[in-house]
Amino acid sequence: MSAGASLPVARIEAAPPRRPGARIALLLALVALALVPVLASGIGAPFLIVTATRILIFAIAALSLDLVLGYGAMVSFGHAAYVGLGAYAVAILSAHGIHDLLVQSAAALVVCALFALVTGAISLRTRGVYFIMITLAFGQMAFFFMVSLSAYGGDDGVSLDHRSRVLGARLIEGDVALFYLALGVLAVVFVALRLLVASRFGRVLRGIRENAVRMEAIGFPAFPYQLTAYVVAGAIAGLAGVLLANQAEFVSPAYMSWQRSGELIVMVVLGGMGTLVGAVAGAAALIAVEEGLAHFSEHWRLGLGLMLVLLVLLARGGIAGLTARLRGGRAA
Amino acid sequence: MLNLFLLQALNGLQLGILLFLVAAGLTLIFGVMDLINLAHGALYMVGAYLAATFTALTDSFLLGLALALPATLAVGLVLELLVFRHLYGRDHLEQVLATFGLILILNEGVRIVWGSAPMSVPVPDFLSGSIPVVGTLMYPAYRLAIIAAGLVTALGLHLLVNHTRLGMLLRAGASNGPMVSALGVDIRRLFLAVFGLGAMLAGFAGAMVAPILSVDPGMGDSVLILTFVVIVIGGVGSVRGAFVAALLVGLADTLGRSFGPILLRSLMEPAAASQTGRTLAPMLIYILMAAVLFFRPAGLFPARGSR
Repeated sequence: MSAGASLPVARIEAAPPRRPGARIALLLALVALALVPVLASGIGAPFLIVTATRILIFAIAALSLDLVLGYGAMVSFGHAAYVGLGAYAVAILSAHGIHDLLVQSAAALVVCALFALVTGAISLRTRGVYFIMITLAFGQMAFFFMVSLSAYGGDDGVSLDHRSRVLGARLIEGDVALFYLALGVLAVVFVALRLLVASRFGRVLRGIRENAVRMEAIGFPAFPYQLTAYVVAGAIAGLAGVLLANQAEFVSPAYMSWQRSGELIVMVVLGGMGTLVGAVAGAAALIAVEEGLAHFSEHWRLGLGLMLVLLVLLARGGIAGLTARLRGGRAA
Repeated sequence: MLNLFLLQALNGLQLGILLFLVAAGLTLIFGVMDLINLAHGALYMVGAYLAATFTALTDSFLLGLALALPATLAVGLVLELLVFRHLYGRDHLEQVLATFGLILILNEGVRIVWGSAPMSVPVPDFLSGSIPVVGTLMYPAYRLAIIAAGLVTALGLHLLVNHTRLGMLLRAGASNGPMVSALGVDIRRLFLAVFGLGAMLAGFAGAMVAPILSVDPGMGDSVLILTFVVIVIGGVGSVRGAFVAALLVGLADTLGRSFGPILLRSLMEPAAASQTGRTLAPMLIYILMAAVLFFRPAGLFPARGSR
């Protein structure tokens, strides 16, 4: 028992991998991503820019969920609600003549943080299965709230007249400009989260993930740390929602359906929980699989479902174990 | 006004009974196997589709129902052997992922076999029409039959859980699974029995609503979420809790939708009241759930003594 229990502690003290090449690899990845629009127009497939933008936006949402799920060990099944709330911040403010992206983003951040603070404070009173289901219920609550808001489209959703303005200028009217905005936001969120999880706060959060009782005993109550992570994640997901609304120029309650929350979880777990790069890769993989399978058959969900079931059943020790083995580490 | 109230109360009762049928199996699966099964609503959907198909083939709703039940049981057992059996004891997150995948498979499979268009099942002749209940109040005979069938099933479950050997094992498994296994009970067979029972109950609920709801590929999803609310309010693993919570949720949802705006009208002006009422009514049961969990984080009737 004592030997088994000492393993996680050792893992916490080892700071996130700081291989010398890691920073350079990330920079190279950023440059490669930045070249996507150029390449896409180069091969005469500008629609790829739209797909790539969606990948970036969902990567932001998946990153925020990873903070809750991967680092905080809180299985939130209502994360899509925050994406939806962010998107509705754009739609509702636009309907009242406020088109400025900064104002909309600020509103999205505030609304999502507040919603996360209230629902998180209630949800965190529960554990395990109860936590999964209460976050699901709060997500559904937000969903039905938007469905019943007939002034803003209700069930059918609402189209935006045009994308948001930046200080009155039509900066992101084009798809390429929006792509670079999404890339910029993703880069900032990625770096910020990387600093956050490497900080004292992040180490405490991971300590609580491994053994909440012990952390409590040495003076770190779980509740404030987990709630803070939950609120930060909610606010970031709201930012993804702002971008999503601008990308689609359309907002509907479907953005916050529980299936969306499920897909976000799939993204995080596919890429490997508790690794920020993994969340981004998972988002890219899922969107690519969705659009790729949809290309072959209208019944693409069947393929995705089979993939998920087989992945869980065949990967011994679960997906976490599989990714750990692939990374050359030991199974969690 | 009183008639309207009684009518809506009966509707709420009927919804509650249906939710109980789905929730009873799911709460046992949660409680005994510690398995979070998102695909339970899909079994409800499969039951409805099978009932619709067999009813159309045999021209008799009762025969269709009688054939649909063992067929749903078979689907449930096959899924247990192929998938669920390998999920017991795994991380909750992995269970969520695998059963989420199963929902996608079953929903899409149904769409491939039966198409996306909703199917309808005629109400059986001997239960068509309405019968007087109290005074001038008329209520559809078929809906009364659903309530009656549900209450009989609930009674049967009560007897099964509290007065049989299997029931004893179920209760023991829900409060301390490893101990039951250590005492020499074949836990695999117990799990298989629980899963089959749950699948059949969900299929029964699906078959019973087929004549009054449209049978479509998304029908399991909406029920699933309501069922979760029921289980969480009632306490995971408790059949009694599921019964109380199902009626509570059924009544709160139905009465909230019809009387919420009326009640609010006495507090604010009519236009605002009806808008607020329409907005609040669908959220009511989630608010109820949040309130219950706030005061009793393990639900009204927690089954697990150790927590």
